[in-house]
Amino acid sequence: MSLLRTENMTMRFGGVVAVSDLNVHLEKNEIIGLIGPNGAGKTTAFNMISGVYKPTSGRIFLGIEEVQGDQAVMVEKDITGMKPSAITKLGVARTFQNIRLFKELTVLENVVIANHLRLDSNWVSSVVRTPDYSKKEDAMFEKSMALLEKVGLEHLKDEKSYSLPYGMQRRLEIARALATDPHILLLDEPAAGMNPQESDELMHFIGRIRDEFDLSILMIEHHMQVVMGICERIYVLDYGITIAEGNPAEIQNNPKVIEAYLGVDE
Amino acid sequence: MNGVKSKQRRRRDAILTAVAILVIGVLLYLANIYMDNYQLRILNLCGIYIILSLSMILINGFVGLFSLGHAGFMAIGAYTVALLCTPPMAKQMNYYLEPIVPWLAEIEWPFLPATLLGGVLAAIMGLLIGAPVLRLKDDYLAIATLGFAEIIRIVFTNTQSITNGSLGLKGLPEMEITLPVINFTLNLSACIWITAILTVLFMVRLVNGSYGMAFKAIREDEIAAEAMGINVFKHKLLAFVIASFFAGIGGGLLGNIMGTVDPLMFRFLLTYNIVLIVVFGGIGSLTGGVLAAIVITAAMELLRFLDSSFHMGPIDVPGIPGLRMVAFSLLLMFIIIFKPRGIMGVREFSWQWLIELPRSMKNGSFGRKKLRKDVSK
Repeated sequence: MSLLRTENMTMRFGGVVAVSDLNVHLEKNEIIGLIGPNGAGKTTAFNMISGVYKPTSGRIFLGIEEVQGDQAVMVEKDITGMKPSAITKLGVARTFQNIRLFKELTVLENVVIANHLRLDSNWVSSVVRTPDYSKKEDAMFEKSMALLEKVGLEHLKDEKSYSLPYGMQRRLEIARALATDPHILLLDEPAAGMNPQESDELMHFIGRIRDEFDLSILMIEHHMQVVMGICERIYVLDYGITIAEGNPAEIQNNPKVIEAYLGVDE
Repeated sequence: MNGVKSKQRRRRDAILTAVAILVIGVLLYLANIYMDNYQLRILNLCGIYIILSLSMILINGFVGLFSLGHAGFMAIGAYTVALLCTPPMAKQMNYYLEPIVPWLAEIEWPFLPATLLGGVLAAIMGLLIGAPVLRLKDDYLAIATLGFAEIIRIVFTNTQSITNGSLGLKGLPEMEITLPVINFTLNLSACIWITAILTVLFMVRLVNGSYGMAFKAIREDEIAAEAMGINVFKHKLLAFVIASFFAGIGGGLLGNIMGTVDPLMFRFLLTYNIVLIVVFGGIGSLTGGVLAAIVITAAMELLRFLDSSFHMGPIDVPGIPGLRMVAFSLLLMFIIIFKPRGIMGVREFSWQWLIELPRSMKNGSFGRKKLRKDVSK
């Protein structure tokens, strides 16, 4: 069963069809790419999957492990129209095209906050500081520190997040998403604005976290070098319509894709 | 939030806090003996404004919602206390236009449950108002909350047989709480300052805990906070209800210190006073809120001479009522222009800072350099 599956997912803004009948599926531990020229509807698709928009029509399903009786079984759960926070709780984390860190807070705080959703104490126990709550808070900090070490940001933990260099901010945003304990990671243009060396580093970083955190990744990306280098399957959107699907080699030679990107000879 | 604090340091901080509270207690006790009634009243007012400013900082500073509804929630608290605690005799004298409804006429509650009920009723009103209003943002939210505060005031003005309308309630006895087991009686001053200290402790712990961090995340970026699994609406509502509760408590105490409660007390000007304190102290700093509450409340009284005629060197200034508020408006303008984040910004007091102060003062950095060194490490 797929971890993520969309079924004829469509989004209309007034008369504009931003995304039309999109069918993607994401299997366990896959890295897949969503590419297309500007305005193709990639971010809209992301916003529907993460719950920011409710699709005009179509459905979105998550494959979720559920304990039934004494064994864990995979069940398909319809998440269409759920709140973003509820979808994140089910194990879908995302980053943003234009970095959205909690700017005035420190690097460590940014990551700790992403643990809040798994906290099962109520606010009263956080004020009273019951031993149980204190233990959980300490665990949150320890887990966050461990995560920062894994992504190589531990030496910057007390820096305000806005003061980080651009590449580090991208990395922190991914770390923050990882702190929510996701199964699926949605990356919206993680290499945007990076130089070739930085995007090369990022590519290795993404591959590494996939293995280390047992993730399945869906990414939007413009850097062809990154997409072709890391994605196992690629979907190409143009004006909201899926024009191609396949592995990097197939996509590179697909005439429709070349037409969408470069235009066609009259 | 300093990240992971060691157990040792946490214990040290707890002891220092306890000592500080004890010192404040002794100082207040001495103040009660040596200060005259007027000075004592200002002191009590400081305590009340600490409660009110912290309550406002929670929503306006930490969750980043621009709410201007405080006067309304305070009115609920004040009226609850006044209606429940005024002795039946005094009530009879108050309601000469229209008799009081029978179920309120004979009631006389002790202060503690009445004040708490005032807070709870304000919190319930906060929940009812917050549920629709918190879907708005920025200035729209400000206008809506301001509108609701006015609605509450107008309702109180017109429910003659319950609140005595614009005549208000007079003859509220001074608050006294007798502790049950040890039979010790707390006077008004003690009640106010114990509440203020409890409020400070509550807010510090709330803001530094996981929920407080979620509030800050919402302030920084709502969309990202929601994407991190924080139910933004629920958390906003939670903060709004908590703030309403403390506004209600503060209102109850304020009514008590005044001895009378009437609708005109709860006009927008009251909210404005709290906004002034919060902006002066630094939106997003509890320390700033406490300091500003004391400074501004004291200054409000010290500058009273501006309202009457005074001499400025050779110049005779005639008494202009309201000149005091002009001074405060100027002050607010200066702060917004030159120190837009208030005196404290988002910085907070910590014992660690105080302990390292002598050393940092020696090299003239007041703790700032230390901070930078920590970062580069």
